[in-house]
Amino acid sequence: MIEGTIVKVSGPVVSAEGMAGAKMYDIARVGELGLIGEIVRLDGETAIVQVYEDTSGLRVGETVMCTEEPLLLELGPGLLSSIYDGIQRRLTDIADQYGDFVVRGVSTDALPRDRRWTFQPMVEEGDEVEEGDVVGEVQETTHIAHRIMVPPGVSGRVAQVKEGDFTVDETVVTLEDGTEIKLHQTWPARVARPVKNKENPNIPFITGTRILDTFFPIAQGGYSIIPGGFGTGKTVTETTLAKWADADIVIYIGCGERGNEITEVLAEFPSLIDPKTGVPLMQRTILVANTSNMPVAAREASIYTGITLAEYYRDMGYNVALMADSTSRWGEALREVSGRLEEMPGEEGYPAYLATRLADFYERCGRAVCLGSDDRVGSITAIGAVSPPGGDFSEPMTQNSLRITGAFWALDTSLAYRRHFPAISWTKSYTLYLDQIQEWYTRNVAEDWRAMRDKAMSLLQKEVELQEIVQLVGPDALPDFAKAVLETTRMLREDFLQQFAFSDVDAFCSLRKQYLMLKVILTYYDCLEEVLVQGVPLRQATEHPIKNEIARMKEVPSEEAEEKLSELLERVQRELRSLGEW
Amino acid sequence: MADGKSLLATAEYRTVGEVAGPLLFVSKVRGAAYNEMVEIRSADGSVKYGQIIELHGELAVVQVFGPTAGLDVERTTVRFRGEVAKMPCSVNLLGRILNGMGQPIDGGPEVFPEEEREVTGSPINPWSREEPRDFIQTGISAIDGLNTLVRGQKLPIFSGAGLPGNELAAAIVKNAKILGGEEFAIVFAAMGITRREASFFQESFARSGALERVVFFLNLADDPTVERLLTPRCALTVAEFLAFEHDMQVLVILTDMTNYCEALREISTAREEVPGRRGYPGYMYTDLASIYERAGRIKGKTGSVTQLPILSMPDDDITHPIPDLTGYITEGQIVLSRQLHRRGIFPPIDVLPCLSRLMNLGIGEGRTRGDHRGVADQLYAYYAEGVDLRRLVAIVGEEALTDMDRMALKFADAFEQNYLDQKDENRELDQTLELGWKLISMMPRESIKRIKTEYIDKNYNPEGAREFAASES
Repeated sequence: MIEGTIVKVSGPVVSAEGMAGAKMYDIARVGELGLIGEIVRLDGETAIVQVYEDTSGLRVGETVMCTEEPLLLELGPGLLSSIYDGIQRRLTDIADQYGDFVVRGVSTDALPRDRRWTFQPMVEEGDEVEEGDVVGEVQETTHIAHRIMVPPGVSGRVAQVKEGDFTVDETVVTLEDGTEIKLHQTWPARVARPVKNKENPNIPFITGTRILDTFFPIAQGGYSIIPGGFGTGKTVTETTLAKWADADIVIYIGCGERGNEITEVLAEFPSLIDPKTGVPLMQRTILVANTSNMPVAAREASIYTGITLAEYYRDMGYNVALMADSTSRWGEALREVSGRLEEMPGEEGYPAYLATRLADFYERCGRAVCLGSDDRVGSITAIGAVSPPGGDFSEPMTQNSLRITGAFWALDTSLAYRRHFPAISWTKSYTLYLDQIQEWYTRNVAEDWRAMRDKAMSLLQKEVELQEIVQLVGPDALPDFAKAVLETTRMLREDFLQQFAFSDVDAFCSLRKQYLMLKVILTYYDCLEEVLVQGVPLRQATEHPIKNEIARMKEVPSEEAEEKLSELLERVQRELRSLGEW
Repeated sequence: MADGKSLLATAEYRTVGEVAGPLLFVSKVRGAAYNEMVEIRSADGSVKYGQIIELHGELAVVQVFGPTAGLDVERTTVRFRGEVAKMPCSVNLLGRILNGMGQPIDGGPEVFPEEEREVTGSPINPWSREEPRDFIQTGISAIDGLNTLVRGQKLPIFSGAGLPGNELAAAIVKNAKILGGEEFAIVFAAMGITRREASFFQESFARSGALERVVFFLNLADDPTVERLLTPRCALTVAEFLAFEHDMQVLVILTDMTNYCEALREISTAREEVPGRRGYPGYMYTDLASIYERAGRIKGKTGSVTQLPILSMPDDDITHPIPDLTGYITEGQIVLSRQLHRRGIFPPIDVLPCLSRLMNLGIGEGRTRGDHRGVADQLYAYYAEGVDLRRLVAIVGEEALTDMDRMALKFADAFEQNYLDQKDENRELDQTLELGWKLISMMPRESIKRIKTEYIDKNYNPEGAREFAASES
């Protein structure tokens, strides 16, 4: 144990002398209280420590102990449905032991130590195992089997296998060279867990949100950012995705956001039932909560804690969704610590290495062939919220994120003002995954899915141009064909794109229902054009009451959609065309 | 630290090396603690207070709460108190007036603290938080109907120079149903406001009979700027004490947060830190969060801390760093509009940029009414459309509009005149919702898309709307 003394205290940054032998990113315990910190710079025998807790009361001359280990996470059964702070301390245990406020200098076990898990071995004595091989399973929650894997860098012949109930500290498999495989392993948070190779993402990540699935889909293993000013619905979008997204495991990182929002998730998730498995959503969720008033350095670490947990479950072959709300707060933590380190600032005071760190983080996502001889495939899909100051997308966090991520879901303040939710702008957003996942949609949703989508997009684009004309000359000056476009796009906006996240029926919309809804609206447009050609006045066509039924499509439950919407589709064609028949 | 009152730390120093703005550099210091409180005695014997904001070897950087005029390098003595800033807490503080550092200035009896608490506080464990879901009726339609306030929420008022932000806060305090039945308290923290504004609040609390339930913290415009950094923290420490030790429903009013941020910038500049946007320090988000996040409820406790911070948007600019960072931390915002104010509408709440993030938790069947959400959304949709059209009308004239457009325009006017403008009226929630239905009934039924059919069947009544629209014109 290396022991030094404090020579300087400035906010969360503490310098200590006599730290010869300490390594970068080693964990240190600072002062009499034993505050937890991480070494971020070495200068001769002086180590600079970023402390994860409030440093009030620290004195020059107090000791700093270096543990000579980086920030290690415990990975094993018991992670699911837990709530951790940014450095994997269990908030439930802190509350039980120390009361309602997070006091300083406390540490807790990341995994419950007394709980016994039933281990089901899957190897036998004498088997050769390599890194990543599954040696057995533990049923962690009703639907998630926790695969106990040979840690990276370990291989050999199995000497002994146990079966029965064990705690996370007990050895279940021993190799011939004496290596013990326990129910848990540890891994440094800042290091990416190895995989065999990364795969091309070609399966969509289904969210149940129409504008995302239909217009700007991402692939499993893809990553997307949601930037938007305050009040545009970043958090609601993130939690909606966490609730309904098509993933086995959800990691939700509340990074520098509001305490009451975490509470909302905590209150809501245990009572929400996963539509696929029928068990509470909380059973597939891990929360990493480092609210805005919790120490800033731990906020910086929370992103790495979250992604390491995600990688661990990916290694088991699961599809993991990672929600980071908000990456801007992480960037700001980086900036704050960088400022205290007196580093040369880059753009807007952010450190020059911001882009590198962001890329490191996002590149840890993806779809990958995991270690292990069975070549199982797992994925991490990341959705990062970005909170640009003043809603200005030209700021460094948004721009640097954009360079890396494959999809951009831009939230629009003016849409939020008129309560158009989700307030995702269809003119500014984009996705780069469309071509990769098109084939999947063609096979699983409908042949003409892409054609429908593109047509709707071009209509919406047309609307923007027409609106400019309307602004100048008024709507009356437009020809009927242009008005028909506006009528249809209004329908697209109100009856398709708007989706109420808190509704029972509409919160999740199946892909098939999305497709049918879009088809009904586009058919309506085609029919309008047809009857206009036959000389029917537009007003007569648009006053047809079938329009009101289209407006109520959202209220049709997904399971009845096929039947009811197909019927509506036929009626739209029949009834509108009948206008042109006389 | 409470246990750290070592002899070393309470020694007196005469080693001031440099005075720069609000900062004092003391050398040859041993055993002082980061954030420790400091007493500074100048040559003429006057005492000031300060706080250590950086320790570097034997050098301590002290931030002085008060003007540094009169301090010299030779004769100034500095005494380290051996503890971080603490606030003596007691129920007896109710009805008292304190300065910005929490010392009584009303000439009343000494306050014997039940407990001394560190003013920085500790973050509430997210796990221990109780979901805020008790509706607070404020009597103001734009808030109750559209941006509902709930217990444990932090909802700032974005005001501007000359806009009635304070009047709105006073009206909320007067009408709020938080005052009904249960034990309540108001903690009022003034930061850099004028004497006139302070007495306005005092009078308005007196009129509503709440004065003996108020703890006043006064840091007025002519009081030391740096003291403002401590004021909201002292106030919130008392608020937490009253809420979680004495089970009270505490409403905290912080005004004006803009002055607080100015003080933060002043200190940051004096420390020669790398400035962020517009010269404000890069850690302003974290700093503001350490104040705003102290609102909330705790599982198993009946008390709550609800915050109503008021800030002035410099030049009415909502993207300015102060409102911007505030909006990212708080659970929504109430934005005042100069244009509505000029037209004599009170409260001049510009509902479009307003938001209450916790609204969904506090409303609906069993809390307010089942149709609450739908009515709010529908009103928003129509009003936004109407406001958009006004711009169009200015260019192309009303003749070019469709019937539906004309109706939306009329709706926007009626909404402002009847729903927003309520002067001193204290409206019950049912009145607010009924008013909403009347306005919605001005519009054709098939254009209503945000409300469930069953509610439309029950409440849609064009007859009532006609009568209502007619009576107003």
